[in-house]
Amino acid sequence: MSSLRVFWRGLLDENPVFRLLLGMCPTLAVSTAAVNGLGMGLAATAVLVASNILISLMRPIIPDKIRIPCYIVVIATFVTMVDLLMEAFVPGLHGVLGIFIPLIVVNCIILQRAEAFASKNGVFLSAIDGIGMGLGFTLALIILASVREVLGAGTLFGLTLMPAAFEPMKLMVSPPGAFIGLGLIIGLINYVQNLREVRRRA
Amino acid sequence: MPNLFVIFFGAILINNFVLTRFLGICPFLGVSRKVETAIGMSLAVIFVMTVASLATWTIQTYLLIPFEMLYLRTIAFILVIAVLVQFVEMVMLKVTPTLYQALGVYLPLITTNCAVLGVTLINLNENYTLVESLVHGFAGAVGFGLAIVIFAGIRERLDYAPIPKALEGFPIALIVAGLLSMSFLGFQGLL
Repeated sequence: MSSLRVFWRGLLDENPVFRLLLGMCPTLAVSTAAVNGLGMGLAATAVLVASNILISLMRPIIPDKIRIPCYIVVIATFVTMVDLLMEAFVPGLHGVLGIFIPLIVVNCIILQRAEAFASKNGVFLSAIDGIGMGLGFTLALIILASVREVLGAGTLFGLTLMPAAFEPMKLMVSPPGAFIGLGLIIGLINYVQNLREVRRRA
Repeated sequence: MPNLFVIFFGAILINNFVLTRFLGICPFLGVSRKVETAIGMSLAVIFVMTVASLATWTIQTYLLIPFEMLYLRTIAFILVIAVLVQFVEMVMLKVTPTLYQALGVYLPLITTNCAVLGVTLINLNENYTLVESLVHGFAGAVGFGLAIVIFAGIRERLDYAPIPKALEGFPIALIVAGLLSMSFLGFQGLL
């Protein structure tokens, strides 16, 4: 598989959130504002790329029977590093994301990529896969967070977007808005895909 | 005592782990097709979360804080939880093989349930005492169980409902979860 193909697959065809339905907890929880989505996405991408590279390098020495605990320790190490770095350099964002930064450890996307890709492929491809999947996760978070922020607060990345007469839908930034917003976005993607398939057949 | 009461009902109804805090969404969506499996899953999670609260509190108080290694909490806690789940699996196999059979693959999956790691980290952030941690862990898991059982009940009905093709399966499940979450918002002013 070419590296370009590996990269785009994570972004579109196998988008972790919209297509593989992985990593739902942070997606739903931090998508109240686009900035939070971007921060969470980049933090997870950093962990994903680093753990994919290291796990791919350690392929020959990890015994098959205890590979999952090994992966978890590797991932937890990188998560702790990202956690401490963010606390030092972006304390505001760190405060908003709160408990969901250490919870990157149990983000299914990262363990799934370690198990399904990095443990079977070379270092370079694993790194590309990490970047593609990570950016796909970030993209999904930004899309959902933008929808919620625009409808729920009338702003995007903190900039006022809607006219003054716009009444913000408070529901969209509260927990139910996350579930309903993501459900409708996935429904829309399914709808577009069904349309394309029908057109291809016709 | 009143404090424990607030923690207990707060974790079940107001800050419901699944519907308000967004912890444990994967099993919530994955294991909620049938009410029976949902009940089995909740029982296992109740046990693991309560014991995990106890174990991580002990490790934090007697190991991490005296040796000033609090930055290792994520690694320490996830390893404790993984070991604990393995241990629960082994004990169940010996003591109650029937329950073990019923839970099947869901038991090992509890390790990656973020509600378990989440509750231990919240206990740490809130500086809960041992009893408070235990109550919070237990109540959080009960809240998880309540949400997943109600949700499974709705999803069983959903199979017979006419749903637009694009929303079939996952999207409609998310929208139903949103409505459920909205109804739990009604408990907000309770305490």
